[in-house]
Amino acid sequence: MTALFPQATPAPFTLDHDLLEVSMGPHHPSTHGVFRMNVTLDGETVVKLTPVFGYLHRNHEKIAEQNSFLAAIPYTDRLDYICSMTNNCAYVLAVEKLASLQVPERAEYIRVIVSELTRLFNHTCLAGFLLQDMGALGTPLMYAFREREHVLDLFESLSGSRMMCNFMRFGGCRCDLPAGWIEQAATVTDRYSLFLDEFEALLTDNEIVRARTEGVGVLPADLAVNAGVTGPMLRASGVNYDIRKVDNYGVYGRFPFRVPLGEHGDTFDRYMIRILEARESLAILRQALREIPDGPVIDPKAKLRNFRPKPGEAYGRIEAPKGELGFFLISDGGPNPYRFRIRPPSLINLTILEDMCRGHTIADVVVILGSVDIVLGEVDR
Amino acid sequence: MQTLQQLKPRIEAAIQGVSLEIIPNGSPANPPSLLVDRPHGRAVAEWLRDDPETRLDYASNVTGVDWPEKTVKEKTRVRKSIQGLDKEVEEIVEKKTPGFLEAVYHLYSMALKHGPLVLRLRTENRSDRAALPSLTPVWRSCELQEREVFDLFGIQFQGHPDLRRILMWDGFADFPMRKDYVPPADDDPGRPNP
Amino acid sequence: MLGRAIIQGFIETGRNFVGSYYDPERLTTVQYPEQTLPPDEHARTIPFLVYDGDDPSQGLRCTACTICELECPPQCISIVKDTVKKPDYLGKMQLQPKVFDIDISVCMDCGICAEVCPFDSIKMDQVFALSTGDRQALLLHKEQLAKSNLYFRQIHPGEAAAIDAARAEQKRKAEAKKAAIASAPSGFPSPLP
Repeated sequence: MTALFPQATPAPFTLDHDLLEVSMGPHHPSTHGVFRMNVTLDGETVVKLTPVFGYLHRNHEKIAEQNSFLAAIPYTDRLDYICSMTNNCAYVLAVEKLASLQVPERAEYIRVIVSELTRLFNHTCLAGFLLQDMGALGTPLMYAFREREHVLDLFESLSGSRMMCNFMRFGGCRCDLPAGWIEQAATVTDRYSLFLDEFEALLTDNEIVRARTEGVGVLPADLAVNAGVTGPMLRASGVNYDIRKVDNYGVYGRFPFRVPLGEHGDTFDRYMIRILEARESLAILRQALREIPDGPVIDPKAKLRNFRPKPGEAYGRIEAPKGELGFFLISDGGPNPYRFRIRPPSLINLTILEDMCRGHTIADVVVILGSVDIVLGEVDR
Repeated sequence: MQTLQQLKPRIEAAIQGVSLEIIPNGSPANPPSLLVDRPHGRAVAEWLRDDPETRLDYASNVTGVDWPEKTVKEKTRVRKSIQGLDKEVEEIVEKKTPGFLEAVYHLYSMALKHGPLVLRLRTENRSDRAALPSLTPVWRSCELQEREVFDLFGIQFQGHPDLRRILMWDGFADFPMRKDYVPPADDDPGRPNP
Repeated sequence: MLGRAIIQGFIETGRNFVGSYYDPERLTTVQYPEQTLPPDEHARTIPFLVYDGDDPSQGLRCTACTICELECPPQCISIVKDTVKKPDYLGKMQLQPKVFDIDISVCMDCGICAEVCPFDSIKMDQVFALSTGDRQALLLHKEQLAKSNLYFRQIHPGEAAAIDAARAEQKRKAEAKKAAIASAPSGFPSPLP
């Protein structure tokens, strides 16, 4: 009987597949802004990833060529729109290098205090955003934002605006600290220290966070150096390069802080480095709030209007919370800059996004992108 | 780090036929820059990265600069014959310095913690011969930044793995950061008129 | 134990949840628009023009020097000078603006206009409920921008008090100088002894 109906040997089971191209398009809740990635997938594994930029391009560099040096300061607020104080500091540092202006000590201490407060909330909010991308639905993010509100209240009473501060001027700061600001800042710092303990208890040992971030998105140190990666991402790969220590700009030489370094270069290291750096920032803040001297807050020889630096060029850079933020200025003696170039840390940290994501699943792409810490205002300018 | 005066003879000894020039900086507190001729750009970059005393392994910033052509008027005395008599007459002669596009590289060393060294490469003119060697094979950080310089200035980088527009959309025709760029006429028709 | 840290995380969120019922540090939501927070003294939004006294057309401090128009980063201020002059608080005749328009759809609230004004006439306001349906209504004219010095004292008490004190001092000095000139003998130099 079986000879009448021979059993055909079944064909070997193959799933006939092509590569799938997904556009993780500009409208996406997890791409930190209008950022697009064309991801080519083999099943769920990433084979190729092409980032597409330019959705927020406002040509800040050309606008700055048409306005005076002073008028470019409010535009620098809007680059990395979360950390406006450090953007102002970087631009003003570049102009001070170009025009050889001196900054009084009180203004330098105010710059350190304000920059470290910015670094604090930037790193905790980044941890919040990373957890939200992983699916924590906003709880750590809202805790981080709740603490950030206290710092924004400080910025509002200092500069007039919560986010777009426009506070630094060439040769110092725009105005002095109001009465009671230092005490309020000390209270905020103490609260932040308790909050960081709570935050770490919530997140660092969490099994889900560890499982999703350990070993994901490894960045080897030599590739990081060659690709121009800076900031916490570089230090997570084990390279000891912090511009506050290397260039010693401002009065950072007076603060003995440690530079945390990572061992593996994966996403968990990048998250952990930021928490450790936040703790170091708290130590710097406590010292600065204690030691801030009295005095003027702006160089008396600095001009507000009709500021014409002599022809020449200068490159000024700081350790912004996201990486190395640099401004390259060429002046031709006129009131407007001849060339105003912004070196955006977020754009250059994205150079090796494809290298980090290849071989991982598409869910990991979101986590890796979250750990790079980009803000599209800076990527596209 | 050694100064440019000390580095210049070492590079000239290491790379045959290179022509270097030290461009002073108008503001003396800031470093002068090293202008390298186009054919040897990549060789000089590799030497700077690999030399054990400089070890410039980190290209921090790539900038494009547009220098349009400048007309300078000069007064010269010229002998001319007017009505049969030889006379010396003052004439105003116009001299044109040709325009070019420039790429400025800021190089630092993460291994030895020094810098910056400012490297410059210049094109021949601003129109049809605007090509420079790409330094992306030497430092990967130049990849996106050279794409941006190409997009906004029009410098063609030869040897770049993926040279296409990055910030403007793909069909865009002009180069926005050039000094003679004219933006489209009415960008914002709904704006209230004062 | 697997899951120990997740349970610890639940304790943290539980602490925040339960604490939000009695601890104001844990529940920080303000039920806007039924509740509002008072703005900080130094907070700023769009600019406004200050006038002294009751009549905006007479007491407007602006002298149409156009410094704010030149320094404004997005170029949102338009000024047209008037040919008629009017006296300022010291009695000196000054120009005045015929047209002073600010396009608040362009204004970036940076405060540079208030910083560079030499006459303390343009200052930063604190209003933020400015949305309208008509884009032309976002172009504010001189009449809409002019607000009295009493309003300025209400929103920025420290700054207004300092400016009023400085102006009163200058007025006092000017009047003292005028009185000294009036009571001095007529301009012939006194004869040498």
